[in-house]
Amino acid sequence: MSEQQHKSNRPSRDADEQVEATEVDTEAKAKLDDDVDSILDEIDDVLEENAEEFVRSFVQKGGQ
Amino acid sequence: MTVRRVQGSEVEYGIAVQGQPHANPMVTSTHVVNSYASAHHLTRRARWDFEEENPLRDARGFDLGRGDADPSQLTDEDLGLANIILTNGARLYVDHAHPEYSSPEVTSPRDVVIWEKAGEEVMRSAAELASQIPGHGTVVLYKNNIDNKGASYGSHENYLMDRAVPFDQIVTHLTPFFASRQVVCGAGRVGQQQDGSVHAFQVSQRADYFEVGVGLETTLKRPIINTRDEPHADARKYRRLHVIIGDANCSETSIYLKHGTASLVLALIEAGRTVTDLTLENPVAALHEISYDPTLRTTVRLADGRTVTALDLQGEYLQRARALVDDTGDADEQTLDVLERWEDVLTRLAHDPMDLATELDWVAKLALLERYRERDGLDWDHAKLHLVDLQYHDVRTERGLFHQLVRTGRMKRLVDPAEIQAAITEPPVDTRAWFRGKCLQYFSDDIAAASWDSVIFDLPGYASLQRVPTMEPLRGTREHVGALFDSRPTATELFRALTGSS
Repeated sequence: MSEQQHKSNRPSRDADEQVEATEVDTEAKAKLDDDVDSILDEIDDVLEENAEEFVRSFVQKGGQ
Repeated sequence: MTVRRVQGSEVEYGIAVQGQPHANPMVTSTHVVNSYASAHHLTRRARWDFEEENPLRDARGFDLGRGDADPSQLTDEDLGLANIILTNGARLYVDHAHPEYSSPEVTSPRDVVIWEKAGEEVMRSAAELASQIPGHGTVVLYKNNIDNKGASYGSHENYLMDRAVPFDQIVTHLTPFFASRQVVCGAGRVGQQQDGSVHAFQVSQRADYFEVGVGLETTLKRPIINTRDEPHADARKYRRLHVIIGDANCSETSIYLKHGTASLVLALIEAGRTVTDLTLENPVAALHEISYDPTLRTTVRLADGRTVTALDLQGEYLQRARALVDDTGDADEQTLDVLERWEDVLTRLAHDPMDLATELDWVAKLALLERYRERDGLDWDHAKLHLVDLQYHDVRTERGLFHQLVRTGRMKRLVDPAEIQAAITEPPVDTRAWFRGKCLQYFSDDIAAASWDSVIFDLPGYASLQRVPTMEPLRGTREHVGALFDSRPTATELFRALTGSS
């Protein structure tokens, strides 16, 4: 994963906050960020084809 | 002071037939319910006939079966009958063109998680069974609340309360809580306004569909506080608070905290710990404004002129709940756990909502959406983002994005999956749902109908149906009547033992 992607995934986190985070947190988040590509790849594999048609045809009757 | 109280949940599922956008949802929902009933032998030889049983005309709902009819034989005129009770004490039926699962009565938020999740398993199985009907397309169910085109369907909570608490106290003290709790238990949505015409993310699925503060309606002009007074129990002692403002949650943490925190706030109200200074100037507007800001920084105005964030409001309720627990000093383990998790979630949301991406539905969904936006350069009106929003709630384990996150360790669970599996067929042991469920399990051929507050037997040798009322939610437990079942009696023997008749 590129450094650019890594940073932009957590735009709200500034330098001070990163210093405050515990080491475990940082590791966990780094791992999460490393997962980004694989998450989207996995989801791409299961997402319904033709998103536009699929979303348009999902029409429900109202309920409670 | 405790999170423990009789409670339960009801979820209406979105329904679609793949490749058949014009399939009749009432027919399809009926197929879903009846396929499950047939496969699990939850049908009865005879149909319930209200007309011929005058003494029982007031029995509500809960026709048990479709006889031996094949689901594919159903026609429109039969549609009113898809309504069964499961051996776990839950109700599975068709409501307003959606299949609905109403959990059995349980006594804790953790048990709500278990039996609501068991309902997802029931729905997944039921949809698979309906899809196997010859000539039928693949039925897909969604545990969500909207089609993003104007329609919304509910996920409700029920809490048993002390009847002595004046309803206006409930309205006053619950409204600010309900307007703000979406930051913990929102399910997230791509689109704002009822028809999704504003292209942006919001925290709650349901917020836009609430238009008034208090009222009886549940399908239009929905109120933040619903006034339906149908206790399904002794009305002199109990009120059933019917909560219609809430999103259908997939996250176990969200379900747990939704019920746990509401139970605590109700306990505050019952204890007379009033919080009048949190009254919102305009609750409906505040509900919408809070939902529209996933940074959670938006402030809303209180009646006294102060401005607060949703996290401020939730923090106030948390503090008061903690103070009452400290004062009474008798908190059980689960109450302390709810308080601890509530505080932890609020603290981390204040730090950065994205820190909850592995725990809360709306954050998990938003994290996925933001990654797609970033990778593919998508605007909020892009169909792919709407698809991610919708498919997050697909109940199929191989297709649902929530399930994908769970399977790959990116969404935390709270309960052991084995407990959920057991709850598909087993009732909770500590409410009347145990009696109801066990009666269905052992004597389904001898039961004409059942409801939250009764089980009606059709016994050999009795000319009329025999009704066993269950007006006390905490009677009919395993502890209370379990011994009667130990000797594996016939239905008649059980009935005679219960009623002292011979």
